[in-house]
Amino acid sequence: MIVDVAIVALKAFLVLFMVLNLAGVLGWVERKGSALIQDRIGANRASILGFAGLGLVNTLVADTLKFLTKEDFIPRTGDKLLHTLAPCMALFPALVTFAVIPFGDVLNIGERAINLQVANLNIGILYVFAMGSLGVYGIVIGAWASNNKFSLLGGVRGSAQMISYEVAMGLSVMGVLMIYGTLELQEIARDQGTLIREMLPQWLSFMRPIIGWLPAWGIFLQPLGFLLFFTAAVAETKRIPFDLPEGESELVAGYHVEYSGGKFLMFFAGEFAEIVTVAGLITTLFFGGWQVPYLMRDGFHFPWGATWLLPHLTVVVLQLVAFTVKVIFFCWLQILLRWSVPRFRYDQVMRLGWKMMLPAALLNVAVTAIVIVLAQ
Amino acid sequence: MMPLNYYLILSAVVFAIGVIGVLIRRNLIVVLMSIELMLNAVNLTFIAFSRYLGSAVGQVAVFFVLAVAAAEAVIGLAIIISVFRQRQSLDPQDMQLLKW
Amino acid sequence: MDFSTFVFFLLAGLLVTSSLLVVFLRNVVHCALALVSALLIIAILFVTLHAPMLGVLQVMVYAGAIMVLFLFVIMFLNPAVLERAGTLWWSTATVLAVLLGGLLVPLFFNNEVAGDPVASTEFFGSPEMLAKSLFNDFVLPFEIASVLLLVAIVGAVVLAKRERVVR
Repeated sequence: MIVDVAIVALKAFLVLFMVLNLAGVLGWVERKGSALIQDRIGANRASILGFAGLGLVNTLVADTLKFLTKEDFIPRTGDKLLHTLAPCMALFPALVTFAVIPFGDVLNIGERAINLQVANLNIGILYVFAMGSLGVYGIVIGAWASNNKFSLLGGVRGSAQMISYEVAMGLSVMGVLMIYGTLELQEIARDQGTLIREMLPQWLSFMRPIIGWLPAWGIFLQPLGFLLFFTAAVAETKRIPFDLPEGESELVAGYHVEYSGGKFLMFFAGEFAEIVTVAGLITTLFFGGWQVPYLMRDGFHFPWGATWLLPHLTVVVLQLVAFTVKVIFFCWLQILLRWSVPRFRYDQVMRLGWKMMLPAALLNVAVTAIVIVLAQ
Repeated sequence: MMPLNYYLILSAVVFAIGVIGVLIRRNLIVVLMSIELMLNAVNLTFIAFSRYLGSAVGQVAVFFVLAVAAAEAVIGLAIIISVFRQRQSLDPQDMQLLKW
Repeated sequence: MDFSTFVFFLLAGLLVTSSLLVVFLRNVVHCALALVSALLIIAILFVTLHAPMLGVLQVMVYAGAIMVLFLFVIMFLNPAVLERAGTLWWSTATVLAVLLGGLLVPLFFNNEVAGDPVASTEFFGSPEMLAKSLFNDFVLPFEIASVLLLVAIVGAVVLAKRERVVR
């Protein structure tokens, strides 16, 4: 009993450690990446005894110290309790959502089989959506507690945008859930290890040599779903091109204009933690999660018949590395997206969410349903 | 698991608090929130019975209560907004025009 | 006292505190947040009662959407601090609370109703069970509920729309 609790606590600690550190590193990646894209050098002044550690000293040490030592004020006419509570409400869902994302297959130590996922809920992905819908509160309360018209405008825009794209996000995932037939994320990741040729029906068997050798990843089976989910998730996290709630050139800083110091750090870290969470979700749902193509539990089984047996620990490490690489790739992709695309106008955001993505997601569900019925 | 009584008492207490809220608050929005509190107390009763009798009907009932409560909250808030536009006040005591 | 008993009493205490805060706080936004916390605690209670699907639905729908709507309307209307209710209402409320309390006490001591819960499987309370019930036995109420939601949407839009004076 105690050992079980200790193992879960260790997993939770590892996941939190990874998410928070990745969120910190992403701050530096954002600065240097944006500098590269905009043909400038970026932040290069912070160093300890001349050692700049690839710039990591800048974000992990200098930035954090700067935020924590700034003056922490509450607007005089603002609501004191809510002003302090809002950053916590924004950070909490971003950190907690990662609990259901599997970062590896089952690890066998001795007789104990440890599922490399903090919590294997049978409602899986619905938990993610529930925590996502709680994320709206940080924005709404933060905007209200600042007693500032620009804040309120940013907060109302932000929350309207978030609740609109929650709908599109949920519907775009529906196709994936229908294909893999389960809500549990570990099962979805595991099911993506089968090859497509085992899922093809009889009348499509002529496609076997063309696509049958691909693993059944979500991106191959649900390309439209991937596009919709990626867009909706980026809109949920209020990154550019959907960052009108923050609107750096329009609303000063939108809903977190009256926050400084540690509270702003919580908003900031929450946003980057959400980037990591969205990347984790995309890899799990559409890119096989921890799956390395053709790597089964005992080694590689290539489709042309060759096998390469590997010990269990190597397999687990390979899968962990694959997961990490994929998550880092999607984090980098979101940061690249930020500095490449101009910002949407607010009415364009709403029109995209309701008039374009919602019908597209419904169409996706209908087509997927027809294909599944035909493939029986 | 606790005996069923404890859950029933808890939901009855929350229901009673909701009733008090409807009666003594003079702000329409808080009255609506107290009604939501009462609905949630009833949901808790349904789920407790569903667990103790092993029946799925309780959970289906809660599903429908959830949907209906959503619809009712939306309409209630729309009514409050239009009433506010007319009377510029959210106090139920100011809306006694239909009283004889 | 074992762990699940302790958890139940902790959650029950927090729930009653949150409900009292909803009813008795002055600031409407604080009341709304107290209601959100009450809803979250009820969702946790659902999960302990082997209804995880409904717990997560409660968070998504009630705490995540309905209460956000409440907060929108509160911010939109910006209500002033409320006035004190008259003595007539306080005494009516006290009488009603005492009556309800009088109903509760026999319930507490009536141990015949309690029993051990039916042994539950992993299937109970899962999405599969809810889906099977909804789409097989209760498909008609399900469809009617969807029509109801559509009617609510249309009604809300019509009610809350500003009248445009056509010149």
